[in-house]
Amino acid sequence: MKHILPLLVLLLPCGLTMAATLEEQGLEIAKEADRRDTGFDNYTSDVKMILRNKQGQESIREIRSRTLEVAGDGDKSMTIFDAPGDVKGTALLSFTHKEGPDDQWLYLPALKRVKRIASDNKSGPFMGSEFAYEDIASQEVEKYTYRFLRDDVYDGMDVFVYERYPVDKKSGYTRQVVWLDKEHYKQRKIEFYDRKDVLLKTLVFNDYHQYLDQYWRAHDMFMENHQTGKSTRLIQTNFQFHAGLTDRDFDKNSLKRAR
Amino acid sequence: MRTPCKLASALLLFPAAVLQAGEWRGYVSGEWLGFLEDPAYADQHRSYLSLAAEPEYFHEWHDGSDLFTFKPYALLDQYDAERTHADIRELSWDHAAYNWELRAGISKVFWGVTESVHLVDIINQTDQVVNLDGEDKLGQPMLKLSLIRDWGVVDLFLLPGFRERTFPGKEGRPRFAIPIDADSVRYESAAEEWHTDAAVRWSDSIGEFDIGIAHFYGTSREPRFLVEPGAVNPATGSIDHLTPYYEIINQTSIDLQAIYGSWLWKLEAITRSGQGDRVNAAAGGFEYTFVGVNASQLDIGVIGEYLYDSRGDELEPGKALSGQPFSLSPFQKDLVLGTRFTLNDVNGSELLASVILDLEGGGQSYNIEASRRIGNDWKLSLEARGVSNAPADSTLASFEHDARLRMELARYF
Repeated sequence: MKHILPLLVLLLPCGLTMAATLEEQGLEIAKEADRRDTGFDNYTSDVKMILRNKQGQESIREIRSRTLEVAGDGDKSMTIFDAPGDVKGTALLSFTHKEGPDDQWLYLPALKRVKRIASDNKSGPFMGSEFAYEDIASQEVEKYTYRFLRDDVYDGMDVFVYERYPVDKKSGYTRQVVWLDKEHYKQRKIEFYDRKDVLLKTLVFNDYHQYLDQYWRAHDMFMENHQTGKSTRLIQTNFQFHAGLTDRDFDKNSLKRAR
Repeated sequence: MRTPCKLASALLLFPAAVLQAGEWRGYVSGEWLGFLEDPAYADQHRSYLSLAAEPEYFHEWHDGSDLFTFKPYALLDQYDAERTHADIRELSWDHAAYNWELRAGISKVFWGVTESVHLVDIINQTDQVVNLDGEDKLGQPMLKLSLIRDWGVVDLFLLPGFRERTFPGKEGRPRFAIPIDADSVRYESAAEEWHTDAAVRWSDSIGEFDIGIAHFYGTSREPRFLVEPGAVNPATGSIDHLTPYYEIINQTSIDLQAIYGSWLWKLEAITRSGQGDRVNAAAGGFEYTFVGVNASQLDIGVIGEYLYDSRGDELEPGKALSGQPFSLSPFQKDLVLGTRFTLNDVNGSELLASVILDLEGGGQSYNIEASRRIGNDWKLSLEARGVSNAPADSTLASFEHDARLRMELARYF
């Protein structure tokens, strides 16, 4: 024992350096991906979700989405529901934050009522789909810690593979494994592990288009739930960057005017 | 000269612009209301069918900074002639600039945070015949200017014209023991329903808090009641009907909500003068949500609210016959306990069960509401309501035999 202790003391910095390197590498990749997607200012898009259950029955969700980049904090977004019929005109206003819980308000058009939503429901399904609120919320670097896993090849592309661990204890995941292409730092695939660290879902990104010669957006995202056999295909179209949106398009007044 | 010209041409072009490409949406619904017991009052029935429609036409222009809305509503009831009615819920023009917004026309505004009662929500009159939950409102003519500042939003309201509350007719069920005659209305103001009311409200979101402070001056949406001499049967001394009496009030209110993780804390309070003794009322409580119970998609919310109202249940025969106005307010010291199940499934299934416990007079009222979507465009809602142990002299006792089921099927388009 007497001899082992000095040896451990000697080895400890080694181990720390190794771990820090992998974590730093992971963080650097996430930061670079974020840096490349900075400066879009604002954009709008139309979203269609095709929900499919184990028996293959489909149901459709249609929403319009508006996003505003906020310097120094998470993005603001407004989501207006067009289908199914009973939620038509319902709108969701989200302020994501780099640190701390996000703020969310839901507008119910029948009552003309704006309801604050408890911020802990991030792990819940979005409109009954396989996407959780936290999956579609703005992906801020600070929301995770990182660990680089390996260089790899995915679908013929050189990719980084790294893990990220949600900082928020209310997240539905212990970790996510991300495949990111080295050329453009686009997410290609994400595996989601539930709180028991069992593989829950896989998200695959397809049909990327570049906007304003810089910003890449996947027009087709396919989320498969391995535990329930359900899936959701999220098709995003009609992107309009620099749509002239300001802060005022993301407040409670504009939420009440949403149609 | 330029501005009037612009204005005139804008007015001329307005209908043309509006009638261009707008969009229709809304619903048509069928409802069945069934009672478990025979009616307590003559002319009432065991089962009621009704149809309702609420289409909405809207048109946006100038990139959404101008909005025209038209939303009519109609309800056709099998028996109750007072419940059968039509209304213009909205007919308005909205204009949004960077730091102000203007709305002119008939519209609807909601204030408040609590679930069981809506104390501070005063701009629109309650359309009580649609459902007793107080959430259906009549369209209110208004001019509303919103000033949007760093320190919050100030809404200034000018409300020309007043809408009388709707009450079930003789055949309506449930209804108050003595029918409220919506046709025999009395006002305090000589201007009657043409008194122009005004309101101002400041609201803001500050971190975890959403807050609103408001003042209203004008015709009370909530009437007191009178027994007019002609309403007393000279032979039997029984009261044939009650007359709604609308007085001019000043009401100051606050609504406050705070959010901490899964906790929502809520408070609404009002103080009102103009209806006899000053009225103070408050509702406060919480909603806590268990998210993803047992690693499922189910959310379970627990709701607790305490209701206080300084008004008594004032229907005392002696007082009523003296011709003095009195209020029918069922909540003095009441506790509301409820639970909300949100399945987060593809059908959007939800269930809300609640009980209101009268801590002073005794008596409970129960309420269960459930709904789910069928396919993409249909929605089925079920509701069960009833009261028990109501003291004989209470407002609640009028509804003792009205335990009921309500089923509604709506088609959205």
